[in-house]
Amino acid sequence: MKMDIAFGQYCEGNSLLHRLDPRVKIIITILYIVAIFMAKNVFAFALMLAFTVALVIMSRLSVRVILGGLKPIMFIALFTAVINIFFYKGDEPLVAFWVIKIYKEGLINAGLIVLRILMLLTATSMFLTYTTTPIALTDGLEQLLSPLSKIGVPVHDFAMMMTIALRFIPTLIEETEKIMNAQKARGADFSSGGLVKRAKAIVPIIIPLFVSAFRRAGDLATAMECRCYTGGKGRTRMNVLRAGARDFLFTFVIIALGAGVILINIYAPGYSV
Amino acid sequence: MENTIEVKNLRYIYEGFGDEPDVEALRDVSFNVEKGSFTVILGHNGSGKSTLASILCMLAEPTEGEVWINGKLMTGDTVTDEDIFEARRSVGMVFQNPDNQIVATVVEEDVAFGCENLGIPSKEIRRRVDSALDTVGMRKYARHSPHRLSGGQKQRVAIAGVIAMKRDCIIFDESTAMLDPMGRREVMDTIERLNSEDGVTVILITHYMEEAARADKIIVMNEGRVLTEGTPSEVFSDPEKLWEASLDVPQSTELLYRMRKAGLDVRLDIFDFGECADEIARAMSERRRENNG
Repeated sequence: MKMDIAFGQYCEGNSLLHRLDPRVKIIITILYIVAIFMAKNVFAFALMLAFTVALVIMSRLSVRVILGGLKPIMFIALFTAVINIFFYKGDEPLVAFWVIKIYKEGLINAGLIVLRILMLLTATSMFLTYTTTPIALTDGLEQLLSPLSKIGVPVHDFAMMMTIALRFIPTLIEETEKIMNAQKARGADFSSGGLVKRAKAIVPIIIPLFVSAFRRAGDLATAMECRCYTGGKGRTRMNVLRAGARDFLFTFVIIALGAGVILINIYAPGYSV
Repeated sequence: MENTIEVKNLRYIYEGFGDEPDVEALRDVSFNVEKGSFTVILGHNGSGKSTLASILCMLAEPTEGEVWINGKLMTGDTVTDEDIFEARRSVGMVFQNPDNQIVATVVEEDVAFGCENLGIPSKEIRRRVDSALDTVGMRKYARHSPHRLSGGQKQRVAIAGVIAMKRDCIIFDESTAMLDPMGRREVMDTIERLNSEDGVTVILITHYMEEAARADKIIVMNEGRVLTEGTPSEVFSDPEKLWEASLDVPQSTELLYRMRKAGLDVRLDIFDFGECADEIARAMSERRRENNG
């Protein structure tokens, strides 16, 4: 069994989105989420949709990757749609059958909500996972939250923990494989029997894995100490994040988008959610 | 000659848990490491060599005895955290397991880690990281993820991390033990180059005799004591003593020693297989000439 996970499904690339400052991406994502929840009518949604499609094009990722990423949320989207279609009350039912009444408003509402869910997922994963490595994201978060360290929040420590966790995921996966093979060689059976039996079969994997993880942690702590690590104080970085013109431009575009959505909500007529 | 490290009458006791007896890992160990030299500490498992390494890196405090680093006393009550930090700036260590000493998810970030801890400006770190990666021949892997590298490559990254901090003494604690022969050669070549070209003081802890043969000085440890010390030819000239400590001598030395015992007049201070063969051929032909003449 070869387990090779691409965490967060980062896709290698050099598009405009890839090159944005991770801090800016985090801020943009938050603004985007606010904007999409503010959108109230069809025209605002159209604007958001246009922007989201533009993002996809800009990222130069294949559409298959993006649609694949939407798969896990499809069930929830459909479920929400069904609930909205059957339970939304409008003026005049389009279809009335026994206790079921379907209204035109319900249909539109369902469509918009599904669209909102899909756009939300597309845009957030576009900014934060497809075009940003987990490590860049951690760096970005550390620097964004660094003012909090003044009031005693151990921001650097959390970021360091994240980095080390990310660093050791592949190592521990390899280790798991090794242990599983070693246990198989001793006659362990992981793939048959009921739920309880299978769960029990995992114990001889988990225990050695924990022991080894703790040993590694001890070794790593020693190695870090030997390399003069004394926590975040007085530490410099080789790669300093620097927001450039494109980062400011992008932030401006998102703010404009939010403003656009608000204006449409106020002035344009249309079906609203 | 200036001494980078001086160790005097070192004693270290591991306290046993509960009923277990205390274990005396080091008993009265003294030696010097000259600046710019290549010192090998040799010993089988449990001889106290790793305990010694952790004391030299300020990871453990000796029960008794003195450790001087760059002429500064590093043991006793007067030592401050700053002193220890200062000592760690000059003495670095590369550990046995290549996986458990790499911190970052990108090679160059890991090499930069130590420098970042020292608070060096970004541009200077960049320069040092690039040159350290050049020194170990890993520049083209700078943006790679460490877990895809081979063991030897990982150890070279770890070495680059130590070099980038510009330390003048590096301790290798069985750094080649977990590597395949190829990786071992890569790492040994790098270590030798550091010592001969860049003048870094190297302390190599190992149980591979072939690695020991390249040293300026060998310190043989047995049961927590210094069994013998000297140049490779001095140390290996008495294989019986090493065998007593359940250590081997290099294969070539063993062969020459046995031939000499059998009455052939050969030199013992040869560690290269080719030279060893030449020496035997020379002695044999001399013998033949004597017999004929």
